Amino acid sequence: MSLISTLARLEAVASGRARPLATVRHRRISERPLVLVPLTTAGEAGAPLGALVGTDRDAPRLLTVAQPRDRDLRFAFLGELAEAVLPYIDAYTDVIEPAERNETDPETGKRVKVEVELCVDAPQLVVPSRPGIDFVRLLGRSMRFRRTAEEDPETPYPAPPRVPLLGRWLTHYGERARVPGSSLLLATTDLLNRHWATGQSGLEDQHLGALLAWIDPPGTLSGAEAALLAELERDRDGQLACPPAGPATDPAFDNRLLAPAIERYDRARQELGAAEDGADAEERLARLTAAERHIRALLLGVMRPTWDAVWHGLDLLRQLPEGARVEERWTRDRWSFTGHRDRVRAGEPPQPRRDDAVTAAQKLASRETALAQLAAAEALDDPLVLAGHRLSGEAFVGEVTEVVMAYSEGKRPSPRPLITVRTDDRPHLGERTKVFRSLDGKPQSAEFVRYGDGPADEDEAGTGTGTGTGTGTGTDEDGTLVLRLTDRMGRSKEPAPGSVPEKGDRISWTLFEHDQRGGPKLPDPEETPWTHGGPPVREGTAEAGPDAPRQAPDPVTEEDFL
Amino acid sequence: MPPHPLDARALAALAANPGCRRRALLDGAGVDKGALAEALGSPAPFGQSQFAFMRGNAFEAKVKADGGTELMRLLADRLGGQAVPPAPGEVSVPDLSAAGPEGRTARTALALREATAAGAWALLDHPLLALEVAGSPAYLEPDAVVVRPDGRWTVVEIKSFPMIDGSADASKVGAAARQAAVYALALERVAVRTEGAEVGHQVLLVCPKDFSNLPTASVVDIRKQLSVTRRQLARLTRIEDIADTLPEGTTFNLERCSGAQLTSAVDAVSAAYAPECLAACELAFHCRSRARERGAVEALGRSVRGELGALTTVAAVLSAAHGDTGDPDDPTVAALRRAATLRAEALAGADRAVTEQAVAGRAMADRAVAADRAVAGGAETEG
Ligand code: SF4
Repeated sequence: MSLISTLARLEAVASGRARPLATVRHRRISERPLVLVPLTTAGEAGAPLGALVGTDRDAPRLLTVAQPRDRDLRFAFLGELAEAVLPYIDAYTDVIEPAERNETDPETGKRVKVEVELCVDAPQLVVPSRPGIDFVRLLGRSMRFRRTAEEDPETPYPAPPRVPLLGRWLTHYGERARVPGSSLLLATTDLLNRHWATGQSGLEDQHLGALLAWIDPPGTLSGAEAALLAELERDRDGQLACPPAGPATDPAFDNRLLAPAIERYDRARQELGAAEDGADAEERLARLTAAERHIRALLLGVMRPTWDAVWHGLDLLRQLPEGARVEERWTRDRWSFTGHRDRVRAGEPPQPRRDDAVTAAQKLASRETALAQLAAAEALDDPLVLAGHRLSGEAFVGEVTEVVMAYSEGKRPSPRPLITVRTDDRPHLGERTKVFRSLDGKPQSAEFVRYGDGPADEDEAGTGTGTGTGTGTGTDEDGTLVLRLTDRMGRSKEPAPGSVPEKGDRISWTLFEHDQRGGPKLPDPEETPWTHGGPPVREGTAEAGPDAPRQAPDPVTEEDFL
Repeated sequence: MPPHPLDARALAALAANPGCRRRALLDGAGVDKGALAEALGSPAPFGQSQFAFMRGNAFEAKVKADGGTELMRLLADRLGGQAVPPAPGEVSVPDLSAAGPEGRTARTALALREATAAGAWALLDHPLLALEVAGSPAYLEPDAVVVRPDGRWTVVEIKSFPMIDGSADASKVGAAARQAAVYALALERVAVRTEGAEVGHQVLLVCPKDFSNLPTASVVDIRKQLSVTRRQLARLTRIEDIADTLPEGTTFNLERCSGAQLTSAVDAVSAAYAPECLAACELAFHCRSRARERGAVEALGRSVRGELGALTTVAAVLSAAHGDTGDPDDPTVAALRRAATLRAEALAGADRAVTEQAVAGRAMADRAVAADRAVAGGAETEG
């Protein structure tokens, strides 16, 4: 944590309210996100218990599993989930715009521009917390290798149609969520923690209820008081007023309410099976239905507060204006979405169980790039983020006090004006350190010449070798330093209008590059389909390429869980 | 009141916060911290879902079924090297039941020695081991220990979290490894007194495979956890030494003391609260509220404490940051003031920007309205 964020936490403690960590919103919030609040059965990997899902905050769709150990019921749940999620995704796949992409021509090996489709917008999935993202991944993994009866008539336990497809989409979203700054799949707690500092620790901030309590406490309560209630308040039956945001449930809920309800359901089912005649069966069926309805009510009761909390969080986030560079990152998300759409349409097999070494290395590299890009973009979009870099000496803000025209040596001298800047910041500048400012959204670079504002000696007017000892004539104490502007001034001898700062301008400079790589609209290598020069296919691996044999489905056993 | 035995999970947690004397003393004295927390009015949030409990038990039973045939197959497969896996029936499963913890640990030690001397395979199901912690004994019960003909003893941990595509949740594996390290330490106490015995530094972690309840296993190397745990346990202050610093007559008798008496008894022992306690110690809510009352900065995280040097309370940090107190030559104070200035500047700038935007927005709206009127006016005259 940087000292500035630590200070924000301490301010929050003192004021009893969360304090801002950002002045703009650094993530895209879709106009119509799909919220998913899942619950899982304690101790069972991927045995879902229920979910609330939908795009209408007033009308979530309730999905439940009355007996999580029952495979048919789990399959039914997943089938319903696919029905709830896939139409939402489908609504985005055909709204497209033409776009261009660089690709390697398979015959000539040359880079060529190709016309492709790009989805105009992408579906966005929002879950309550980070374990929710893990659960999306788990669901994706548990579904994408399933076989439907249509795919494989022999399969002993066919999955409902479209369940494997949902598995592939959830896997894609789960993977995309690992890319820093992406907004396809978001955890509400992550979103809120990015933008506010509470008066509690980062561990406690993982509790959605407590986190919201600090940011927007109800009534006259302080954030600390409200957070404590969110963590601990229980009713007479020992049930939490603010149930966990899932997918794990509160053990007290499991033991006191859910277990007896499931037992009642099991009993009712057995009794129905043993019914003697029609009238008897009807009565027993009514009991079974009642038991199931009871379970649904219980699950709704513990999921609804979380559902409302997610929307509450989204409301708060929407109040912040979106950062200028968020759109650019969202465009990458759109490429990611479109790329997966294309792979599904091309009939490629589901994502492999494990990435091969090359793909894994590429993903890692592109995530590192994304992280660096994100850090730079957030700093440029948000003075509060920039403040952290100023404190650590990686950026400075200063007023231009003097501009002296100078030129490079050589046959065609180019403008290399010397800019004197006054700043209170203490950037870590060394000999010819490169610094950048944003000019019409593009980076313009300069290099550090010296501290102090004394007269420039002849040597400094050019880019000759012996320049800039880094100490110059002054010291850094008076906060003055001289930079030499080195690019973006056009091709002619006179700099293009507006390309050179003027006296009195207040400018932010960073020591880090603004754009770490390539154009903003390029798809990430991981998103490039195999058919389009994406991850190289290694001979003999069964895990890549459209022609590679399909991965075998998971063996299904009698006692299998999803 | 019977003393509350320390288990490996508690020990691993103790080792994770060796600076906390409060916990060391209470654990060493065998106080039931869960009950104590309840009596203090800040009950621990820990509980186990019966679903998880049942599933865990069922899975362990499945792994150990048929005299451990499946378990031995996994062990031979993952850790066997060249050795031939034992045939079913070739593995002895000694009876370890005895009266009381001392009796059971003695029975376990005997079984370990006999199996090692016999040079045969043996599976010890829930053996009981003793380990001296901060001067008092702790009893530990691993899921299983396997003795191999070459005299090597291997700790087996059976967990119910899944291993999906060959890998399990790293933090859960880490916790299991720390727990196994405590078992291995306790086993070493017996091994030094047993000829030909050696405690393996690789343990077998058995988990359900993917989404099934079929067991699969992986080998976890615990050398690092062993040396860390060994060092941290050695660092624990001896219980008697802590007890000596307490006021005469301090007791934690839950049946006889009032809440207020217990509170003052607990507060008489120094603690080292950090947010990590929330996941590891029953007293966490009590210690947290104390830390918050004091305005202790470590309530926000251990790293926060590290950043702030000699300033330990929220009030001290904020007043230093705002220039009211503190030595400006102290690098921490200087950095704080800089941070506070930069933060305030950025927030003020953002407020200004928002107001400017709003003003600009209003101006634009006004112009738009004016233009609309003009158009409307024009339309009227035309009409
Ligand atoms: S919660 Fe309290 S007693 Fe427990 S380890 Fe933390 S500081 Fe020590």
